[in-house]
This record gives sequence, C-alpha cells and structure tokens, in this order.
Amino acid sequence: MATNLQTPAPYHNNFLREVEERVEEGEWVKMCMQCGVCAGSCPFGPHWEHSPQKIFMMIRAGKREEVLTSDAMWMCTSCYNCVVRCPRQLPITHIMHGLASYAHRLGLVPKGQPTHEFATMFWNNLAKKGRVNELKLTLALYFKDGLVAGIKTVVLAKRLNPMEIFGGHAIKDLKGFQAIIAKAREIEDKKQGLTG
Amino acid sequence: MAKKEYAFYPGCSSQLKASASNYLTSVNSMCKTLDVKLTEIPDWNCCSASIGYCEGGELPRLAINARNFAQAETHLPGQDIVATCAACWLSARETKDRLDGSAQLMKETNEALAAAGLHYNAEVEIRHMVEVLIEDFGYEELKKSMKKSLEGIKFAGYVGCQTNRPFGISGESFENPLYLDKLVETFGGEALTKYDQKVACCGGALAFSEPEKSQKQIRDIVESAYDHGAEMIVTPCPLCQANVEVYQSEINKKQGTKFNMPVLYYSQLMTVAYGGSMKDAGLDGQLIRAEKLEKITAK
Amino acid sequence: MADNKFAAYICAGCGIGETLDVKSLEKIAQKEGKMALVKSHPFLCSEEGVKTIQDDIANESVTHICIAACSRRAKTEAFSFPGISTARANLREGVLWVVAAGAEHDEVRQEMAEDYVRMGCAEVKKMILPQGNPDKTQAKNILVVGGGMAGMTSAIEAAEAGYDVVLVEKSGALGGFAKQLWKRVPFSAPYSEAQPTGVEELAARVTAHPRIKLHLNSTLAETAGAPGRFMIKIAQESGGVSDITVGAIVQATGFTPYDVNKLPELGGGQPNVVDQAGLETLARTANGAAIQRADGKVVNSVIFLQCAGQRDDSGTHLSYCSGHCCATSIKQAMYFKDANPDVDTMILYQDLRVPGMGEDFYRSAQDKGVTFTKGKATKVAGNGHGCSVEFKDLILDELTTLNADLVVLATGQVSNAGVDLDKWTEVSTAAESGDASAKEEQQRLRTTSVLKMNYRQGPDLPQLKHGFADSHFICFPYETRRTGIYAAGPTRRPMDLDQAITDATGAALKAIQAVENAAAGRASLPRVGDLSYPIVRLEGCTQCKRCTVECPFGAIDEDERRFPQFNEQRCRRCGTCMGACPVRVISFENYSCDTVGMQIKAVNIPDEDEDKPRILILACENDAYPALDMAGLQRQVYSAYVRAVPIRCLGSVNTIWITDALNSGYDGVMMMGCKRGDDYQCHFVKGSEMAYYRMSKIGDTLTQMGLEPERVQTLEIAITDSVRVAGLINDYVKQIKEIGLSPMKGFG
Repeated sequence: MATNLQTPAPYHNNFLREVEERVEEGEWVKMCMQCGVCAGSCPFGPHWEHSPQKIFMMIRAGKREEVLTSDAMWMCTSCYNCVVRCPRQLPITHIMHGLASYAHRLGLVPKGQPTHEFATMFWNNLAKKGRVNELKLTLALYFKDGLVAGIKTVVLAKRLNPMEIFGGHAIKDLKGFQAIIAKAREIEDKKQGLTG
Repeated sequence: MAKKEYAFYPGCSSQLKASASNYLTSVNSMCKTLDVKLTEIPDWNCCSASIGYCEGGELPRLAINARNFAQAETHLPGQDIVATCAACWLSARETKDRLDGSAQLMKETNEALAAAGLHYNAEVEIRHMVEVLIEDFGYEELKKSMKKSLEGIKFAGYVGCQTNRPFGISGESFENPLYLDKLVETFGGEALTKYDQKVACCGGALAFSEPEKSQKQIRDIVESAYDHGAEMIVTPCPLCQANVEVYQSEINKKQGTKFNMPVLYYSQLMTVAYGGSMKDAGLDGQLIRAEKLEKITAK
Repeated sequence: MADNKFAAYICAGCGIGETLDVKSLEKIAQKEGKMALVKSHPFLCSEEGVKTIQDDIANESVTHICIAACSRRAKTEAFSFPGISTARANLREGVLWVVAAGAEHDEVRQEMAEDYVRMGCAEVKKMILPQGNPDKTQAKNILVVGGGMAGMTSAIEAAEAGYDVVLVEKSGALGGFAKQLWKRVPFSAPYSEAQPTGVEELAARVTAHPRIKLHLNSTLAETAGAPGRFMIKIAQESGGVSDITVGAIVQATGFTPYDVNKLPELGGGQPNVVDQAGLETLARTANGAAIQRADGKVVNSVIFLQCAGQRDDSGTHLSYCSGHCCATSIKQAMYFKDANPDVDTMILYQDLRVPGMGEDFYRSAQDKGVTFTKGKATKVAGNGHGCSVEFKDLILDELTTLNADLVVLATGQVSNAGVDLDKWTEVSTAAESGDASAKEEQQRLRTTSVLKMNYRQGPDLPQLKHGFADSHFICFPYETRRTGIYAAGPTRRPMDLDQAITDATGAALKAIQAVENAAAGRASLPRVGDLSYPIVRLEGCTQCKRCTVECPFGAIDEDERRFPQFNEQRCRRCGTCMGACPVRVISFENYSCDTVGMQIKAVNIPDEDEDKPRILILACENDAYPALDMAGLQRQVYSAYVRAVPIRCLGSVNTIWITDALNSGYDGVMMMGCKRGDDYQCHFVKGSEMAYYRMSKIGDTLTQMGLEPERVQTLEIAITDSVRVAGLINDYVKQIKEIGLSPMKGFG
C-alpha cells in the first residue's frame, strides 16, 4: 500500500485495515463502542483536537490524512486512565502510541510537534549508550527552545552529576544491544511493508 | 528471617548520579534493614519508558526489555526481577504480558535477541519494589523493624499513574489505591483520607515537551495536597517525584503560588522509620527539604 | 346449618397486657361485641394459646372468632382455623406501636383499642364462611391462538405438563414469523454466531404430540364463557365451524412489521430498500452464498438503518423501541460478512441496545469487521445502481452521503392484538344509540378481532400501551385483564425470539393455574385461592349497568333482560362491583357492605364537647394497610383518633360507607389506595381510579349534609410509604381540628 496521502472511500474499511495491519494494537480499533469514557478520562482532555473515541471513528470513516497528521495522539501522557476505564478493554494508550509512531514512520507528523521531537530524542539517546543520559537529554532540550528550567536545580541538588556529559552510563555490550534493535527493526519494517 | 534475593533493575533515573539517585540510596538503606539482597542485572539496559514509542516502535521496545530478562535468567536464575522505577516496571511487565500472549511476538523477539547471542525463556517474574514489600513482607512484618515513628506528619499519598495502571498492585482499586496510605500509617504517619489527585497524571514525559499543560496537572496535585492538610507528598514513582518537586518553584514564579511541599519516596520514609540517617534516606538530595523528617533522623 | 357461636380472644403478649387494660377489652367484647365466649391469653400465638382456641372450636362449637392481637397480616399460620370465620382486631401494629407513649396518652390509646375490639366483633358477626364458587367447571384443556414460536412453545409446554391443547393457526403451516428467518440471534454461549431458528424441529414436535390438536387455516369465530368453560367456535377457511370447550386461552398472535411504505424519506417502497423481514427472505434465498438483491445483483455494500420509524418523537411513527432490532441487524450484517468478509456492512445507529448476552454478539460482529457508526439517517434515495444514504455522523458531527447496493430498514413490531377496546366502547356506545354508520363500523371492527369474545366490554384483550395486549405490567407481567386469557410473545410487548419463548412458557403456566383454580371454585391472581365470590340479589337490581361497565376484568355481562350476569370464574374478587352498586345488592360472603359498614358503626363516637375527633381510614389491603403496619413496625407515631379498616381495593368502597360514617359523627374519612393513572399500581387496575371518580361526585352529598369537602380525602399510598402515611394522618388530624369537629355528632 502506498504511504502517500490518499483519501480512501469514506466508511469503507481500507484505512481501518491499514491500521489493523501496521499500527501497534491497531486490530482493537474496530472494537470501540463509542461510549466516550476515554474522552472523559484523559488528563490532557482540554488540549487535544480529537478524543480517542473520535480518532477511532475517524479511522472507521476512512479519514486517513486527518488522523495521521493530527497532534491528538501526541498528547498522550501514558497515564493509562483510558485503558483501565474502557468498558471494552481497548489498549487505548498503546493504540495512540502506535498511531503516533506510524505517523512518524510515514513522515506525517506536524512540523515542530514538541512531544514528537522529545520522544525521538529520547530513543536516540538511549539507543546510543543503552541507557538514558538524563543530562544530555535535558540539555539538548534546553538549548533547543529554552525550556526546562528545573534541570539546573536538580544539578544543584547534586542528584545529577554534570560530569555525566563527558561519558556517563553506558552498557558494556553496546554492540549486541544495537544489533538487537537493528534486527527487531528489520523484522518490524518487513511486517509493516515499510521496506523493500 | 531468611535473606531474600532479587534481580535488581534500578533503571536510568535511579542510577548513581542520576535524577532519582536519592530513591536508590533510600532503597538500599531500606533493603539493608529488611535483609534483602538486590543484585543488579548485569549490563541492564534502558526500558525505553513509554515515551520511547515514537522511534522505538513495537518490536524494538519489546526486544530491549527482553534483553534484560534474558540477562537476568542467565546470570541470576530463579530470582524475580524487581524494579523501583514505575516506568521500568511497567515497560517490563508489558513486555512480559505481550510476549506471553503472542507466540509470534515471542518468536520475533528471540530472533532479535539472537543477534546478540541471547535467548529469553519466559521464566522470569517482573515485580515492583512495592509488591515485594506488601506481598513478600506485609505491613505487619515491615513494622517489626520500625525504630522511629513518623507521628505528627501528614502525608498525601500520591500514587500517580504507572504503578497503578494498567496493572496496579494486586488487590488495589485503580480509582483509589490505598497501599501508600497503609504504608504511611504502618510507620505512624497520618495519611490523607481524601486526596482527589491521588491517581492523577503529572504529565509524565510531557512535562518536557508540553510544560504548560503538565504544570497545570502538577499544580492541581500539589494544591489538592495542601487543601487537604498535607505537609508532604509521598510517591512510588521517580518521574512523579521529579515533576512534582522540581516544577513547584517554576509554578510559583509563573502563577504566584507559594508551593513548598516536599515530595518523597516511600523508601525514604521507611529508611527514616528504620532509624537511618538523613544521608541514608537521601534526604540531602531533596530540592525542597523535608525538615520534619530530617528532625526525626536527628532524634 | 349449625348455629353460629361467636368467641373473642384477646392477646396480652408483645406488651399489650402491660400497656392496655385487657380486662376492660374483654368486657367490651362480651357486652358490646356480644361474644358468647371471651378469653384473654398472655401469648395467644403460642402453641398453648392456639390450642385454647382449637379446643373451644372442638368442644364449645365455636364457629366465628375475633382475635384481638396483632395485625391480620401477622401470625397468619398460627391463627388459621379451617372452617371458621375469623376477624382480627389490630391491637399491636394498629395501637400499641403507633400511639405516643406516656400516661397522658393512656386514655386515647385505650379508647382506640376498645374500638378495634368492637370493630372486630362487629365484622365477624356479619361474616359467612365462603363456600367456593358452586359453579365448578371441568374443562382443563388449553387453547393456544397462533402457531408461531410463542404459540408452539405454549402448546408444547402445556402438553408436556399433561394438559390437552388445541392450537389454532390462521395460516396453513406452523412457524409464524420465525419461519421466515434464515437464522436467529444466538441464545447460548458463546453468543458469537447466528444460529438455526429451531422452528422446524419445534413444529414437528408440536405436530406429533398426542396431546396437541392442530387446527390450521383456522380462526376463532367466537369466544364465550369463562375460565374452565370457554366455549369456542373455530372457523375453518373452508367454511366449516367446530365447537369446542376449553379451560383457558393463550393468545400468541405475534406482530406485523411496521409498514416501510410509511417511511418514504428512508427509501421505504424503493426497489433496493428492504426491511429486516425482507432481508431474511433474501438470505434464505441465498442459502449461505452471497446475498443478492431482488434484481439479482450481488450485494457488495449494505447499510442498516436502526430505529427506522421507531423511537419517533414527532408522533408520526412508532414512539417505542422494539428491543430486538439492534441484535437482528447485527445478525443480518453477519450474513453478509460470513459469506464474504469484503462486503461493506455498516450499521447506522443512534443508541445500540443489545439486551441480555447481546453485548457478546455485538463484539463478535465488530470482530468480523461490521462497521458501527453512531449517526442518524436523514435521507435515502435511489440512484442508478443502488441507494444513496445521507446521514449525520454524530461522533464526527458531519453530514455524509454514502452509496450502497442495499439498505435495510430496522422497523418496529406492531402488535397483532386485535381490536382496541377504547375505540370499541366509543363505537358501540354510538351504535347502541342507533347511529347507523357506527353499527357498520362495529361490524367491521368485529371482523378484525382475534378472539371475537362476546364479553360485554369488547371482543379482545384490553390494550395497555401502543396497541400491545397487556394488563398489569408492573407486578404480574403475564396477566391480562381477562381472567384465563393470557397474552404471550410480541403481541404482549415488543420482544425477540428468546424472550418470546420464555414469555410463552410463563403464559402456559398461568393458563394451567387458571384452569386448576376455576375447577376448584377459587379465585386467580392476585387473590389466589380466595373462595368467596360475588353474590348478587337480582331482585333488588335496578339495571343501572354500573357493575358491568366498571368491572376491570369484564367479568359481568348482561342477560337478555339487561340484568347483570356474573361469570364468577372471570372474577378477581376485588369488589369493584360492590363499590359501584347504588342499591348494594352485590356482596361477598366474608366481605360485604355489612362487614365493613358494621365496623364503621361499631366505633364509639365521643360527644362534640370531648374534643376527640374520629377519623375513618379505609385502607387498601395491598399497599396502604401494609404501609400502616410498617409504620407501626418502625414505631412511627400517629394520632390515636384514627380507626383503620382494611378493604380489598379502593374500588370496593361503596359510598354508603362514607355517608354512614359522616352521618354517625366521624369528623373525616381518609381513603388510602394505590397509585392510579397510566402508571397505576392498583392490583385491580382500575379500582383506585374508580374510587377517585366516585369521590369526585360525592361533593354534592357533603354539601347537602352541610359538611366541608375536606372531610373526605382520597390518597395514593405505596407500600413503602410507612413514614409518609404517619405524617399524612397527623396533618389531617390537624386540618380537621382547624375545620372543627363534625356537627353531625349525636344524630347517628
């Protein structure tokens, strides 16, 4: 299936099938019964454009572009409130993550989406050494847009060692770790039809 | 009591010199009193937390968590993996659940692990330190080693999200889990009977990317603790601890509040109750000093 | 008949002896109550106490007893003496537990107790031991009208229980609507796949059953008689008529789908739009293969429109939900998905409702890829190839138009209950007054009747709501207002197959109860086992027809001389006829104008200057009297000026009781009955309603007597109103004191 933006026929299942095949836990989307409990349970409720309930309906209605370019799923704080309250036991948090990740892989994320940038940075940070270097991570953010005032005080409280920036924690078998990620990525890309 | 041994998964934030190093310090002190031996999983790696989803996708995240399991199975056979960080525990539990539930994912994960010569046999159990305390000891047993009471301090038990949902501590409700309150009461402290932000979200990783929205959450969490008469907040999660403690000054600056509420780990409370020093309990690492607790250590 | 011998027994237990002057009560029973034998006992319901009474019955030939102890609703087993007329004076719940404590209340408390003893003695003196309806009937076979799933189920259940069954089916074959179905919604675990209907198997069982006699291609030409002796004329299509006698009737005449032609805005009447029944036909034709339209085109996309012409608040279509249609559409969408998963199937709903285990079925359809869209269709139009459906997606809040090869309208169930009796009454009243067109209309209506009953009140079962045959939905779902005739299946209320089967089983059991009770001369629900029955002195009757019109159960017809003709087996023993009769010629052996009237008159009315009002409470024994008892149980305090008389139903209150009470110096009357109106709680459906109606006419009488209208109050009391009822009494006493005591005292 092409990864560019086509508009599938409305309410036909093309986009739903794409989601089921390629998005983490996407096969659950069809099981939503549209009760709206997720929408009422989200701590970032006032901030997103579409509730999970609505995102699921949009998927069924075939609104591919609107869903994948939305910033709604980037508002997920991974609090799992929707998951435990969903009467249909949909793993909503994971579906949101899956949609976000899928949009990222397709290059459809709105430019400058801050959580998208932080999340990417976070993974790259951990993938580099096998563990997260909190200082580098936060400094990168700090220099980027001047946020995160708090980090300085953590440094001051001596819980974060500034010397970490010159090396810090790393795992010993970094090569093996990275090989695992590379292999896993290869298998997943193949499954999702994103390669070859 | 016989020594209990666990494969320890401290996680990135609890490493030495990281943001939750005071958590690690107090956990070590607490475990010493309880005669618990924590052996770090050799060469453990990051769990990727929840926020790793974007670039990590599904299988790479499962695979790196499974790497830790494989390491534990090989080097610490028969020991449960114990995590202190809520996110580490959750990522690991989720990985185990998903692999247990899908032969396909299990096969693919082991294919990936094979790239580093590893294999996961699905033998290991994943537990949070709180589960160890409640299930392997129990409140009564924990109380036996108490040397000092936390009497006279009122704590808001802020459970937050990831030790509570979607798995939670066995026997607790998602909407009103009581284990933190029970721990506080076990050691003589007073727990809030009503705390409407008990399981609210602090914004998690979005405290970095969506600071305004997250700080609204944090403000509510601290304000509600004040409203119900708490003097300190106690939590089991390093990200909750950091977000709720660190941003108080910024919220004060932006919104004219006068927040100055210490935010502690349950392990710090227990270390103090077990007679540990300020340093043992990692109280010297607090941004907002917990003076009343410090006083108890000095007694 | 042996001579009557009256005895009174006064219990001193439960604190009665400590609080009341029992000696004085004994004296009252003896002197004023004229009891031949009076005894008191410290613990009357004990084995020893009961034995005292039994010994007197055996050795002293006592025939009538008055027990002054607890409420008639307590200790019923201990105080049950077969063959003996028994009255109860309620000293415990009625006096001891409700009158304020303290010596300052001793006098009024004792007066109240004494009055209750007087009343009990007066009542028992007028009581006759009920002998049961002498006209005991013998027919115990059951007629089932309708050979669909419900009718066949009733037939097989009754037959298996050992009762002969006659099954009358209009068409040439058994099976009814269910026979048109390709499959049915699942009724057993795991509730995930449509299942075979089972209709053929059941039809075969019914056909082969030795106790079931089938009349196919037949309808009822007449229903006469009563439970245990219904006389039925069965008309064959070919013209023949056979007469049979049956004991009870189950009406399972099903439903008709709402006419899609009334829904042109949803495409009703267009070639590529069908209702759910139409889709079943297409599915049966396809026989598991791809479903084709009538024009032969294979359906690749289908849209189901839920609530088509249902839950309509505009007044144009059905206002109710038919309950089964969501699950039915789910099942039908699966027909398509099971044949070919690539068929686009969308169910457009506003509120999806799948009762029972339907939620699992719903999930299964989602799992199969049926698209569920919360939305409302605004327009369905035919296009060249199929239909275009315009709808508003209620989640996305936008208007969309979709094309589909086929549209299925989920229309509702319209009951085949027969003639609407309200309409019938209107038409037949006009016809009686000589209106020619009304006479014609009456004839036409009669041809549409299912049962063609010759009852005075009309040819079919009364309808409760929306044209469904029903009676007391609240308490007794299978009951109808025609004793011995039970409605089952969608003719009673909208339902699915599974519910219809349960319903039909229940109706069969009710029918069996009815024939057994009729054969034993006893009443059916709610006074099950009551042996009393209405007795009428026809020589005093003025042919006013009130009883025949007001009987809630259509039990009373008119004979050729226009006298009321009682059909005791149809009667529920509520006494509404007794309350209606202006000349008081209707009574029961143990419940009559006299048994209540004498109690009212037995009360000692103090002189006006004593400033002690007396208020009569006529309390329905189903709800109000228990509420009063419970007020006692909870030790609610209410005034000692009231005297409560339990009655069978507010409908049985004859106005003579009210005028007698007021004439003899009572200061007020409180009539306590059940909730009336559309959502009535009256156990006899109309009794409470009738009482209100009658009391609305009593104003003139009061004015003539020079009394204020406030002196008679009609109240709705639920069984749970124990606290409220005490408050109402106390408020009323206050009000009466403000109005002043009755000027009638001393004339009575």
